Amino acid sequence: MRAVRYERAADASAAVAALAGSPHGRYLAGGTNLVDLMKLGVETPDLLVDITRLPHDSIETVEDGALRIGAAVRNSDLAADPVVRARWPVLSQSLLAGASGQLRNAATVGGNLLQRTRCLYFQDVGKPCNKREPGSGCPAREGVHRDLAVLGASPACIATNPSDMAVALAALDAQIHVHGPTGRRTVPLDELYRLPGGHPERDTVLEPGDLITHVELPALPEAVNSAYRKARDRASYSFALASAAAALEVREGTVHRVRLAFGAVAAKPWRAYTAEQRLTAGPATAESFARAVDAELAAAVPLRDNGYKVPLVRNLAVRVLTDLAERSREPR
Amino acid sequence: MSGATSAGASGPTSGPTPGGASGAPALGAPLQRLEGREKVTGAARYAAEYFPPRCVHAWPVPATEAKGRISALHVDRALAEPGVLAVLTHDNAPRLAETEDRTLAVLQSPRVLHRGQHIALVVAETLEAAREGAAAVRAEYTVEPHDVELRADHPGLYVPDEDNGGFDGARSIGDFDTAWASAPVTVDAVYRIPALHNHPMEPHAATAVWDGGRLTVHDSNQGTTAVQRTLAELFGIEAEQVTVIAEHVGGGFGSKGTPRPHVVLAAMAAREVGRPVKLSLPRAQMAAVVGHRAATEQRVRLGARPDGRLTALAHEVVTYRSTLRAFVEQAATATLSMYAVPHARTVHRVVHLDVPSPSWMRAPGECSGMFALESAMDELAAACGVDPVALRVRNEPDTDPDTGRPFSSRHLVECLHEGARRFGWGGRDPRPGVRREGRLLVGTGVAASIYPVFVMPCRAQAVAEPSGRYRVRVNATDIGTGARTVLTQIAARALRVPPERVSVELGCSDLPPASVAGGSSGTASWGWAAELACRTLLRRFEEHEGPLPGDGLTVSVDTSEEVEATGKEHARHAFGAQFAEVTVDVDTGETAVRRLLGVFAAGRVINSRTAHSQFIGAMTMGLSMALMEGSTMDPAFGDHAERDLASYHIAACADVRDIQAHWLEEEDRHLNPMGAKGIGEIGIVGTAAAIANAVHHATGVRVRTLPIHPDKVLSALEEAARRGG
Ligand SMILES: Cc1cc2nc3c(=O)[nH]c(=O)nc-3n(C[C@H](O)[C@H](O)[C@H](O)COP(=O)(O)OP(=O)(O)OC[C@H]3O[C@@H](n4cnc5c(N)ncnc54)[C@H](O)[C@@H]3O)c2cc1C
Ligand code: SF4
Repeated sequence: MRAVRYERAADASAAVAALAGSPHGRYLAGGTNLVDLMKLGVETPDLLVDITRLPHDSIETVEDGALRIGAAVRNSDLAADPVVRARWPVLSQSLLAGASGQLRNAATVGGNLLQRTRCLYFQDVGKPCNKREPGSGCPAREGVHRDLAVLGASPACIATNPSDMAVALAALDAQIHVHGPTGRRTVPLDELYRLPGGHPERDTVLEPGDLITHVELPALPEAVNSAYRKARDRASYSFALASAAAALEVREGTVHRVRLAFGAVAAKPWRAYTAEQRLTAGPATAESFARAVDAELAAAVPLRDNGYKVPLVRNLAVRVLTDLAERSREPR
Repeated sequence: MSGATSAGASGPTSGPTPGGASGAPALGAPLQRLEGREKVTGAARYAAEYFPPRCVHAWPVPATEAKGRISALHVDRALAEPGVLAVLTHDNAPRLAETEDRTLAVLQSPRVLHRGQHIALVVAETLEAAREGAAAVRAEYTVEPHDVELRADHPGLYVPDEDNGGFDGARSIGDFDTAWASAPVTVDAVYRIPALHNHPMEPHAATAVWDGGRLTVHDSNQGTTAVQRTLAELFGIEAEQVTVIAEHVGGGFGSKGTPRPHVVLAAMAAREVGRPVKLSLPRAQMAAVVGHRAATEQRVRLGARPDGRLTALAHEVVTYRSTLRAFVEQAATATLSMYAVPHARTVHRVVHLDVPSPSWMRAPGECSGMFALESAMDELAAACGVDPVALRVRNEPDTDPDTGRPFSSRHLVECLHEGARRFGWGGRDPRPGVRREGRLLVGTGVAASIYPVFVMPCRAQAVAEPSGRYRVRVNATDIGTGARTVLTQIAARALRVPPERVSVELGCSDLPPASVAGGSSGTASWGWAAELACRTLLRRFEEHEGPLPGDGLTVSVDTSEEVEATGKEHARHAFGAQFAEVTVDVDTGETAVRRLLGVFAAGRVINSRTAHSQFIGAMTMGLSMALMEGSTMDPAFGDHAERDLASYHIAACADVRDIQAHWLEEEDRHLNPMGAKGIGEIGIVGTAAAIANAVHHATGVRVRTLPIHPDKVLSALEEAARRGG
């Protein structure tokens, strides 16, 4: 039997050192995704470095009002944090929209960011899948793809990123702090995930052995007025069919600042830059929101069974923006 | 939450007055589940939680092709895994005797008849080694093209002589075609239900031990007598040499109603390696080997007079069976007993596909068929401008149109009226799509429920012990329904003692043989035997003089004669009515059930607590079927794509907000000594239609294909908006 070594790291350097030289090793956080995939034979690590005891388990406000969130912070704790709820409510809402209470108690920020796609073929080792076995093919394109991507996909892969939290973080310009074998660096969340292109086996730009230590949220005045909306097949414990995260500041009926991201439509949380550009300095009305979102979605390439995602994400985005615009009119 | 209301009673009560001065609680008392504490504290043990000494583990290997023949199986790498003891395949597995259910002929042939069929079994010292070994088995196949898609124009469709349960493949009353041609108002619609999986919480599991020629198995099933007999037959031994135990079962919903392949594999492996073997099916393999509710495509045609009175009805079902097993979902069977209609016809057409074998799933037949019929009735109500409750009342038959027999009792109309009253149906605005609360559309819907009365012959023993305690022995199975508790109540009442003095022994094939926990027949069948045994014992006890012998007094009974003698003169069914209020989000198409209320007439309710759980549990499952459940047949691979509970969605607590079950006190002396009809399944019948009808009332959009997923509703709303300008 393939033996799996297990080590528990005390700090980031020790964790990185432990994994160095083990290309098939994995960091083990809450294990809610990794262990499931191990049982299915999708992940076959020979070394697990347990990082749940790393000292990255706190949420701190740092200079400039930014927030530093340790990668080992549990999803439940982050969602309940009073500062997060007051200043970045979209983040708290996105977390609470995900998974179940039990899963959120176990899941960590780092693990949530790096959870793998829920594409059913990816999870079935009896079937081909380019992401799991490069070059084997992508049966989802002709097969079961109701949940899969309409934006940024490639002939090789149409998987979606399943994280709700990452959609909020994309809208909030989060910075990902990485401690790797060659040192430390920071990656903007929007650049963390890759679109599949010809290499769907690589979800992110991270290199083997890279450890996420923190997530940093810059202070954003508009984030106070932010929200997350997710559409799904059941009221709890299911992944998004589509979702939208937005932050909005309106001054005198005009969009002053806006941030918008879509979930479950691409291999990454889809930051809607085109829409943001069109919206900024324009009227804060439902019609204008709809036009801007449509412009963003012009690039969508729906397949046989996932075309509904285009109107769905559009409606979600318009709804979130409209609600936020209304709220910003009310005196706070 | 629940309550009982008196219905127009149909005759005097049978049997002794419940309760009385004896200390036995009245039938209907909310006795707590006797094993409840054991279950919530984790002390109750399930089939995979027995650890006989030297027990090893087995992990099956599923076929990765849908049809063909195994040309080579490479097991060397698996055998080389440390800890692997054996790899059983069709090459080396012992030969089993023939059985009717060919899904049990495991590892007997190189033929592969569906994807996921077990082609090998790895037995190892540890679970991990077995799983690792299974991953190392490599199969080569001579692949044949597979045919897995259900289509209404499939050339292979035919009308079977018999459906599941022995019902006719086709039935007819009067002359449908002529009546249809001249019907003033018509509804002609096609409804579709995808494949559905039972997915009980406890997976199918068995722990098997051979001791010389004797086999003992802890198995998760709905009836150990049947499993015992089947294992004996397969392994060519006497039934007395096999003991099957199912003390606690974590749900079955029909998928454990017949012996399943896992128990044969476990017993086979234990014999081969000469050690106890434990096999618990991984969830991902269950979808292919334990059965499912077959997908159906159902065309319903209703012809009516302008006032809604039915003149013609046709219910035509297209479905499939596997090439392994002759199971045909009898979806249109209940239809002819529902409404007064002079000209009607039901037809099932089935095609053999290279797919996993369908089997029983909670209310097989009625559940599927009543979604279609009760949706069509709602469409007829709209077409005639008649209130949906009134339409059903207007079509109430005097006698069973199907058999011409009188009903033993039928209180559908009372259920509809009582439900309407409790729900606040009166004054409902029938116009669809006009009630708006912010971004939500709101609507209400109703549907009727029906489930036949089944009862099976059983044996039982009752023992009076010198200590003053009583034991009742009957091989019932408590799959979580509360059977143990209810049988204790029935026995206590018959013995006229408090329930604390009675222990019921069940869940073991060494007990007097009894029928399966299926067809909502358990309480009636086992209860009848228990009741007869207790009454007989009481008589013996009264005749007895002097102190009891050391081993007490024992009587044995068999209800075959009594059971055979009943049910010939009447049509016997339970009825109900379900009401739903839904909201539909106009932006997302998400449907939420705000309120779900059912009123049932199912004979006498024996335990109001466990009965309530059965009703609301089944209604929840119906809600789940309406809005989210579905397995997608993947045409390229020939299997169902959803293989875990993250992708096969069943309702979560957040989906079930306000759910109420009520029942009428129904007297029916044509049933059994308890006067009970079954209650385990009726709650899932009609629920999906009530919800779909409410979605139509909310939105004006008719979703005829389940589940009512947000994308379907959203697309239909967009389409309607486009058409509307
Ligand atoms: C049934 C179910 C439903 C779910 N529904 C949702 C949902 O609706 N929305 C949603 O967003 N999520 C959902 N989830 C997913 C859940 O959010 C993730 O499983 C969880 O966030 C993963 O976190 P973890 O700490 O358990 O990660 P692990 O499983 O421990 O790790 C996941 C991956 O991240 C890597 N990793 C972990 N931490 C680090 C780090 N600090 N640095 C580098 N690599 C790291 C691991 O090596 C592994 O590859 C669901 C999960 C399940 C099982
Ligand atoms: S979409 Fe991507 S993950 Fe899914 S099967 Fe295709 S390659 Fe694999």
